[in-house]
Amino acid sequence: MEPFTSHTGIVAALDRANVDTDQIIPKQFLKRIERTGFGQFLFSDWRFLPDGSPDPAFELNRPEAAGATVLLARRNFGCGSSREHAPWALSDYGFRAVIAPTFADIFFNNCFQNGMLPVKLSENEVAELFRRATATGQPYRLTVDLETNTVTDGEGFTASFSVDPFRRRCLLEGLDDIALSLTHADEISAWEAAHGLPAVGG
Amino acid sequence: MPAPRTLLDKIWDQHVVCTPSGELPLLYIDRHLVHEVTSPQAFEGLRLAGRRVRRPEATFATPDHNVPTTDRRLPIADPVSKQQIDTLRANCQEFGVRLFDLGDADQGIVHVIGPELGITQPGMTIVCGDSHTATHGALGALAFGIGTSEVEHVLATQTLRQAKPKSFEIRVTGRLPEGVTAKDLVLHLIGRLSTEGGTGYVLEYTGECIRGLGMAERMTVCNMSIEAGARAGMIAPDATTFDYLRGRDFAPADFDRAVAAWERLPSDPAAVYDRVEIFSAADVVPQVTWGTNPAQVVGVDGGVPDPDVFGDSSEQASAARALEYMGLAAGTRITEIPLDRVFIGSCTNSRIEDLRAAANVIKGHRVAATVRAMVVPGSGRVKRQAEEEGLDRIFTAAGFEWREAGCSMCLGMNPDTLAPGERCASTSNRNFEGRQGKGGRTHLVSPAMAAAAAVRGHFVDIRDWEYR
Ligand code: SF4
Repeated sequence: MEPFTSHTGIVAALDRANVDTDQIIPKQFLKRIERTGFGQFLFSDWRFLPDGSPDPAFELNRPEAAGATVLLARRNFGCGSSREHAPWALSDYGFRAVIAPTFADIFFNNCFQNGMLPVKLSENEVAELFRRATATGQPYRLTVDLETNTVTDGEGFTASFSVDPFRRRCLLEGLDDIALSLTHADEISAWEAAHGLPAVGG
Repeated sequence: MPAPRTLLDKIWDQHVVCTPSGELPLLYIDRHLVHEVTSPQAFEGLRLAGRRVRRPEATFATPDHNVPTTDRRLPIADPVSKQQIDTLRANCQEFGVRLFDLGDADQGIVHVIGPELGITQPGMTIVCGDSHTATHGALGALAFGIGTSEVEHVLATQTLRQAKPKSFEIRVTGRLPEGVTAKDLVLHLIGRLSTEGGTGYVLEYTGECIRGLGMAERMTVCNMSIEAGARAGMIAPDATTFDYLRGRDFAPADFDRAVAAWERLPSDPAAVYDRVEIFSAADVVPQVTWGTNPAQVVGVDGGVPDPDVFGDSSEQASAARALEYMGLAAGTRITEIPLDRVFIGSCTNSRIEDLRAAANVIKGHRVAATVRAMVVPGSGRVKRQAEEEGLDRIFTAAGFEWREAGCSMCLGMNPDTLAPGERCASTSNRNFEGRQGKGGRTHLVSPAMAAAAAVRGHFVDIRDWEYR
């Protein structure tokens, strides 16, 4: 997994709450058996007009969001299905971090597995970021630093966030967490020996 | 004396393998359910790393999301769907995983066949790469959805890295009024809790109302816990649970011994939950969603709300956007909303009890000329049982399409989809934009309400229905 230490990039401000994974990556694109290539389908129903051309009104299509790598959104981002295709699509499109006041649990966990940092800030901080990101119509940049646990814009905005220490370490070091878990194989075997494998009938 | 514990505490404590310093606990997983959409990349990961499936006999697979629900003898028309289903078959063969394949008599929606085959049991930890895994909590298991990387982790290690969730008791007092179902109850609860009220919690449903529900109804309730943001919902096992499981294919051989252990699972009387909310079953009326998330819901005797009534501005914006997408005007009576389609199915409401309830409503009636309606049983077993009871003939005589088992129009990954602008009464669990087809408009309801809507061509209050 690609490590995440610090990242500076252009912000795309998606001013919506409850963005569900059906919107992030609609189901018709879940049939691929690879992990890659989902970026082209990100927010497909919102991004494109019926004729297939980009919808200029959609937040990600605005000129100031071109090349965005930091996504800013409102509450309960990533609710709905467990599809990891959602973080795959965001990451394939180029996003390295998502900032929102709250996230749905499964989406939140899935981000960490893909070198992408979900950052929880307060409602007020997120509101302030929306204000700054949309104030001038010019590209707005943020730095998301996992070593210092801070989000800064170099123009006076600073906010700190917390991350589970284990997830943080995995991301900073780009750890293969399966390999790490397999170092505990003896404990797993001991558990199985102590509890007996649950009876499998049939 | 040991400290009193909740059902969640008991299952959790038993399954923690170890908590290495500075790491998240490793939780042992008893049952891993697998389907075709969220597993190919996980098996590929195993292959690339030269790993095996640690406990193939605890892993069960079935294709359900993508499968056609028409004649199973015909080849799958969509080559990409076919490849995903073929890939599941090949992976199960290579890694020694039990597969209930297309054409197998027991194939079906993963959350229908798990309990039905007795694979799901009280006290177990159960995961699946699917958010509605919460369904299995109805049998007193800790069951939740995971992403594909975690699927790979469970395949390789039979464990999951997991922080302990908080516990949330949802106590429902009294009894549901006549004509009000478990689906109405859970929609009512989600409407009160909001789509993120349960985030970070495992919901345990308790109280007289819950104890009085049958297993299928309990599954409907637990199934939709995720729509309130909770990863899991659970109900303590009792005689209803044990009676349901006895004699099922994968039930423990020494059943009485198993029951003796399961009887120790319910929360101790003095156990403390992190949060408790109490609801009255008598307050629940038949529910219909009007918006694009399951918390945007109202009683059938109500109307489409005005976005201005909502407290904060982001909720107002979301309601306004939902009304625009749904093509509804504030103030419209729910019973005046006309329908184009009716879908009875999904892991929420496709069990035999659900089909009986719907058939009971339509008996002696015909589907309205303006409506296209279909029934998709949750599993091959449900379908056979329904046919033995003659329900299929009631449905087809009324003008319903009678299909093969699968997820079907719950998410429309297969050819069963809504056309843009089509409005559907659906017994499924999500009314997100485009969920049942791009531009499609979904209203979530109970099976009886869906059936009555099919007959009238618009929503009706099932409490006033004249059964024939
Ligand atoms: S029926 Fe619907 S919600 Fe249930 S598993 Fe299938 S797609 Fe998911």
